[in-house]
Amino acid sequence: MARLCARALLLCLVLTAAPAAAEGLEVIVVEPYIELRTGPGRGFPIVHVVERGERVRVLKRRTDWFHLRDADGREGWVHRSQMLETLVPTGSRLEVDDPAREDFVAHRREAGLMLGDFGGANVITAYGAYAFNAHLSGEIALAHILGNFSDGQYATIGVTHVPVPEWRGQPFLSMAPARSASSPRARRCRRLSAATSSPTSAAACAPTWRGVSSFARNTKST
Amino acid sequence: MENRIRVLLLSAALVMAGCSSLPWRDQDPEPAPEPAAAEADETPAVIEPQVERRKVKPAKVDTENWEIGATVGSLSVEDFEVNILYGARVAYHINEDFFAEGTVGSSDAGLSSFERLSGGAPLLTDNERRFTYYSVGFGWNALPGEIFLGGRRALNSTVYLTLSAGSTRFGGGDRFTVTGGAGLRVLVKDWLAVHLDMRDHVHEIDVLGSNKTSHNYEATLSLTAFF
Repeated sequence: MARLCARALLLCLVLTAAPAAAEGLEVIVVEPYIELRTGPGRGFPIVHVVERGERVRVLKRRTDWFHLRDADGREGWVHRSQMLETLVPTGSRLEVDDPAREDFVAHRREAGLMLGDFGGANVITAYGAYAFNAHLSGEIALAHILGNFSDGQYATIGVTHVPVPEWRGQPFLSMAPARSASSPRARRCRRLSAATSSPTSAAACAPTWRGVSSFARNTKST
Repeated sequence: MENRIRVLLLSAALVMAGCSSLPWRDQDPEPAPEPAAAEADETPAVIEPQVERRKVKPAKVDTENWEIGATVGSLSVEDFEVNILYGARVAYHINEDFFAEGTVGSSDAGLSSFERLSGGAPLLTDNERRFTYYSVGFGWNALPGEIFLGGRRALNSTVYLTLSAGSTRFGGGDRFTVTGGAGLRVLVKDWLAVHLDMRDHVHEIDVLGSNKTSHNYEATLSLTAFF
């Protein structure tokens, strides 16, 4: 039993002491030297330098910084600008994915958030779009309208046309039918109902479904 | 007899001489020279390799710009006591200076002083008393640096400022909310971070009769992972 425990302990020690498996991607330094910093930022101190021709392993990338480990096991963060010439063992350059303007023109999927005004109320919109080609894309948007007296949501599904996708500033034309729901503030409604106890005010408290234009008109009128 | 042998040897010698004068097929493998014009038309034979080229797909570097995690802390809902807050956060690090962040949180507000002192009917139902919010915005890593633990250990850290907009559901309605705050992010591992945050959720509210600006402060501890 003691021997079994000793073996298990030894196995644990071996497992924990064993060097990590070949982690990351091996690259060869081409720049005269690259600087390893303690953190992924320009202000962190440089603690090591790796010279041209040496092999290092790229463990990960965070924003513009690559986390490297050299042959001696020393680790540090290197800026993207020093990694552009770096070669992988096959002789080709390390792929550094940097989005160019051409990629933006050729992009297919798009998602975003918008903050704006909707007839005097604040509106937060989340949208997703898929481009069928450089000019035409389909778009779905969900909006949360936050007014002083009522809240609401609307959803749209439509198409967007970009006449000149090559321009840096891209005007676009969008057309989308919408469906919306609005609900006046419950507390304000309750107080109103208590004061008047009329059937009209009670009806106004129920969520309603209208078109966008009628909802906007309703928001303005309230 | 002697003449017959001589004739036989002579005829054998003649046959051998005749055979040796004929072009021997194996000894002369070169084909007969062709006309120059035909030679110019034909391209030299190219050896087609039978081995297919392997498509080498370059390995990609593991990119960790997303951060996701859970939050717990306390939320002071103005006029409605301080309570435990549970939440979640997700962030995308655009560069070393800025990140985009989305947060959600939920807390059950307590009783207001008015409700305690009057002893009357509660102002809000249980459902209306639940304070939930979502918020999206940006953060700025204002003070990146290191935290030193003893003499041998240093952890990367950042003090950041955030500004975001979103919605708060409390007191029977959704309210447009602006949230500002500051936080400290400490990287315990390269992929694991601990956050300490102080934020203020500001929105208009009319629960206590008149419309007023409500400040709701939260202090939270978050554990996040980069992926």
